[in-house]
Amino acid sequence: MSFFSFGQSAEIDVVLNDAETRKKVEHKTEDGKKDKYFLFYDGETVSGKVNVTLKNPGKRLEHHGIKIEFVGQIELYYDRGNHHEFVSLVKDLARPGEITQSQTFDFEFTHVEKPYESYTGQNVKLRYFLRATVIRRLNDINKELDIVVHTLSTYPELNSSIKMEVGIEDCLHIEFEYNKSKYHLKDVIVGKIYFLLVRIKIKHMEIDIIKRETTGTGPSVYHENDTIAKYEIMDGAPVRGESIPIRLFLAGYDLTPTMRDINKKFSVRYYLNLVLIDEEERRYFKQQVWGGKNKSEGSESGLLQK
Amino acid sequence: MADAIADTRRLYTKPQNLNDAYGPPSNFLEIDVSNPETVGVGRGRYTTYEVRLKTNLPIFKLKESSVRRRYSDFEWLRAELERESKVVVPPLPGKALFRQLPFRGDDGIFDDSFIEERRQGLEQFLNKVAGHPLAQNERCLHMFLQDEIVDKNYTPSKIRQA
Repeated sequence: MSFFSFGQSAEIDVVLNDAETRKKVEHKTEDGKKDKYFLFYDGETVSGKVNVTLKNPGKRLEHHGIKIEFVGQIELYYDRGNHHEFVSLVKDLARPGEITQSQTFDFEFTHVEKPYESYTGQNVKLRYFLRATVIRRLNDINKELDIVVHTLSTYPELNSSIKMEVGIEDCLHIEFEYNKSKYHLKDVIVGKIYFLLVRIKIKHMEIDIIKRETTGTGPSVYHENDTIAKYEIMDGAPVRGESIPIRLFLAGYDLTPTMRDINKKFSVRYYLNLVLIDEEERRYFKQQVWGGKNKSEGSESGLLQK
Repeated sequence: MADAIADTRRLYTKPQNLNDAYGPPSNFLEIDVSNPETVGVGRGRYTTYEVRLKTNLPIFKLKESSVRRRYSDFEWLRAELERESKVVVPPLPGKALFRQLPFRGDDGIFDDSFIEERRQGLEQFLNKVAGHPLAQNERCLHMFLQDEIVDKNYTPSKIRQA
């Protein structure tokens, strides 16, 4: 990618000081593959070395400065030109001048704030990275090292169960119960569906986990729904008084934490859909905001037709 | 890092009443379309079908009923449901206009295999429609299924519990 030139060029490399000991985690890339990255938490120091290796030993490399940046940014896919940086730190490693031999520079970003969790979604990406740059007149030489940040949260003090009776009058009444209102990513949803009235011919029942990614604000809000899981919990026709148990292990699915209005740019929420299908393929559903409150915010039920 | 093992024990459920478990289900609804009979003479002939209903759903006034209907009655029902309710009404078996043209090798619309095909389609249609909770609220459906005669000058209305 470098121009055909007679001048000097260099390779630049970023290495963390604790690369041997620091934990790596898997994170999805934009094209769906999974890669491993160093894991950091809020407040941790990011330190390491920048290696500048000259390609033609003996020749000088002229430059307008060498620096390293730590960046946390939100990228909206439909607006790639504008990156929203919520963390931006710079350390100058060398003043404008020249290098005559390969060199290594130390850097340390002390107790860096990393307020949000790394996220790669369908329309938006939130990422953290180190970027080392050798500034030159025509073309800079730079290298990025992506890292992944996880946020920590505590178990909620109050995590009450959800119990609700819903239905279509004179037709179908059920009472559903879930053991918690907030679940963590490796949790198990334990619940039950109790049939109070069944006047339709049900064929089967399933639970769907829907992920909704919301980007944009005001009039240009965009919701992208993705069905993460469909899990059949009942096959066959129930009658009054029957109770169907639910046990859904979340660790088996590709979930992220609920993210509320991150930097006013995007949100990620999850919904639990209880769906009953009758013999004529009509669908009856109850949608529940998960991790949200027990109220009707984002909660609906109804009868869908094909 | 010690992971607590999640409590996955079932939630408490109260035992089911044995009557509910083994008694007849509350969703019993059976509709048969059978016994095609051709009435009339010459060009005025048409075929009627027996529409028999058995149910324990409270929304139906009669738990058993039997009426005779012709194809145009089904067309009327379909049009009424499309207009009056939000139901996506399934299609009827074909109108078969080409079978009504003269100089055919077979019996046209009075051909046995055609009548049987149509009978099956009408039965499927009714079972799909009559089981729909929204269609069950329409006066036209109840009149079609259980009244002796279809009064096409009726006033459309919604039915609540019979």
